[in-house]
Amino acid sequence: MIRTMEQLEQARSAAKAALQGYGCRILVCSGTGCIATGSNKIYEIFSKLVQDTPGVELVFSPCGGDHDGQAVGVKKTGCQGLCELGPLVRITKGDRVIQYVKVQPEDCAQILEQSVLGDETIERLLYHKGDTAYASPDQIPFIAKQTRIVLENCGRFDAESLDEYLAAGGFQALRKAIEMGRDEVIAEVDASGLRGRGGGGFPTGRKWRQVARQKEQVRYVVCNGDEGDPGAFMDGSVMEGDPFKLIEGMMIAGYAVKAENGYIYVRAEYPMSVARLRNAITLLEERGLLGDGILGTDFNFRLHINRGAGAFVCGEGSALTASIEGNRGMPRTKPPRTVEKGLWEKPTVLNNVETYANVPKIILEGAQWFRSIGTAGSPGCKTFSLTGAIENTGLIEVPMGSTLRQIIFDIGGGLKNGAQFKAVQIGGPSGGCLTEKHLDEPLDFDSVKKFDAIVGSGGMVVMSQDTCMVEVARFFMSFTQRESCGKCTPCREGTKRMLEILERIVNGQGKLEDLDTLEELATMIQTMALCGLGKSAPLPVISTLKTFREEYVEHIVDKRCRAKTCTALRRYVINPEFCKGCSKCARNCPVNAIYGVVKKPYTIDSDKCIKCGACKDNCAFDAIFVEA
Amino acid sequence: MLDKSYYEKTDEIIERYGKKPGSLIPVMQDIQAEYRYLPAELLTYVAAQIGITETKAWSVATFYENFSFEAKGKYVIKVCDGTACHVRHSTPVLEALWKELGLSKKKHTTDDMMFTVETVSCLGACGLAPTMMVNEQVYPAMTPEKALELIAQLRRDG
Repeated sequence: MIRTMEQLEQARSAAKAALQGYGCRILVCSGTGCIATGSNKIYEIFSKLVQDTPGVELVFSPCGGDHDGQAVGVKKTGCQGLCELGPLVRITKGDRVIQYVKVQPEDCAQILEQSVLGDETIERLLYHKGDTAYASPDQIPFIAKQTRIVLENCGRFDAESLDEYLAAGGFQALRKAIEMGRDEVIAEVDASGLRGRGGGGFPTGRKWRQVARQKEQVRYVVCNGDEGDPGAFMDGSVMEGDPFKLIEGMMIAGYAVKAENGYIYVRAEYPMSVARLRNAITLLEERGLLGDGILGTDFNFRLHINRGAGAFVCGEGSALTASIEGNRGMPRTKPPRTVEKGLWEKPTVLNNVETYANVPKIILEGAQWFRSIGTAGSPGCKTFSLTGAIENTGLIEVPMGSTLRQIIFDIGGGLKNGAQFKAVQIGGPSGGCLTEKHLDEPLDFDSVKKFDAIVGSGGMVVMSQDTCMVEVARFFMSFTQRESCGKCTPCREGTKRMLEILERIVNGQGKLEDLDTLEELATMIQTMALCGLGKSAPLPVISTLKTFREEYVEHIVDKRCRAKTCTALRRYVINPEFCKGCSKCARNCPVNAIYGVVKKPYTIDSDKCIKCGACKDNCAFDAIFVEA
Repeated sequence: MLDKSYYEKTDEIIERYGKKPGSLIPVMQDIQAEYRYLPAELLTYVAAQIGITETKAWSVATFYENFSFEAKGKYVIKVCDGTACHVRHSTPVLEALWKELGLSKKKHTTDDMMFTVETVSCLGACGLAPTMMVNEQVYPAMTPEKALELIAQLRRDG
């Protein structure tokens, strides 16, 4: 049990000493991505292989007695970052770390033989870029060019072990916070300039102070882990990879505002996050770090997990608290704000996962240190999930104020297959598109807003020339329309009408006046919707209309989609040079739109064609192609 | 009329969260996890047990996408149509599954109760797009061909 500050330090020393007992650690990435590529199997194989090796002791948890420095630990870690190259495995011996990528079951024995028992590196399993092979993860450009605060432990230790968190300095920040006192903690967070990482960018310290000042003495701390933006998985990765850090941040908030209960609201689609958080809470309760009289003080704190039930709107603060209360997750009019009347009508600190996860380090290193990173208006780092048409997809963390060029080209390695960059969609369904001309602009909360986009929670989807921007706008609108809770008319009806227009345009039935109507509806929703999600729902359309207006016009006037994505606008054409006149396409065509004479080139009647593609799929001579 | 065992199981689930209005969502989630759908009779029963009106229970249950009043198949396939998956061509995967299983936007579950096909907005494995989830297992880098192979495999497993 850890009941006092001394016991905390004793537990930490014991955990550190136990970790020293490892000769080697095999760290198997168990993020959602790597598990999908089969990392659980790799973990099992390594466990079995090590167990079956005579003379080597296998350790799962560091607190299992004395080890002689020869023991091998097989561990499941959080996301190691290079999601597309999974399953990822790291071998650590003292300070030496080897990163292996795409590890297959048949590679495990060789890794054990050469890198665990021996000291060799297996070249073919290393990360390669061009002709260079990288052994240490910290040298891989994708990782080397990041700055990791929230993700510092992610992928480096066992996400299911409290001892490993303690050995890495866990709960030092909570200890320091308690020694500082409540007002000092709030002052420090305020001075750090930390802003809400969920998208709003509201100053965290100010929020905490507002809650601390309320007359009502029952307060709550709530964590928004309802990461609903499609294309974003940063918060999920933190919950999976370093759950204790999030919890420590929430406990510091709970201590600062005198709350005794905390709630973590996790998306339904993240079963792994729920499992890791539950494990962490159980371990903390068993050791006495959650419950009554924490570390010998009068601070009592308990944590509860609520699973979402599939409603995007629950990412909005008042909808989220309504959902925890067991109601329909619908936003309400503000004021009163959540800091005054949040969960069960009590003052509530509501921050997202990444915000809480930033707190321990701020308390430990101080506000000045935090301000030395990032920009003046947006200090610190931001996590992004980098996906889409990019070479290195994955989870990254960079200082605020980094440029898109640094993110996409230096870290992300540029576009996949050398394709040409077109745009990056940032901020998900509430965000917009940044293009070539924004590549060198420093990104922070305030700058991105000027370009009709938002940093949002941090989803970044890179698009190449073969992405149709009108289709992307339609995609987001269909998402927000489906997810609209229906409480206020501007959002419920407005998104539906906007979607109808966009669907007409991608089907080649748009009119030029439609563009004016779209803009008019967008402004109406922006000004009149009840909640933040509704207000920002038209942003993807506004942003693409501004930047890619010519693509909208092409769809409407020329009935042409330059990315060849919109099915209805595809034109199937037969290349007479390749066509042998076999008549197969004409026989396959379900609407008899292809005609010609055998042994002479055939022709497709575009007006009759229903764009099913049956002709192209079956042509033996590759004579049929799609014309933009 | 549902078998008595259903009500016993429900009592056990309510016990986990306590007889209070706030327990509604987790209780419904656990019932659905147990039976792969939310039997209407049980919803009525839960409402009475935790002290809320039947109307309230229904209004909450119908609000959230995850609750289903229809029984789902043995394998619930969720094809991700998040942004990252969408731009990496998730639609052909969905269409291939629909065609193979005789399903559509309107019909989600096969008559033999083996497969349910749904879409989901993001599974959080965007780095491996396009993805899909069968029950709780995520499958990476899907293509229509790989999806059909998986169906064949699941059919063999029975």
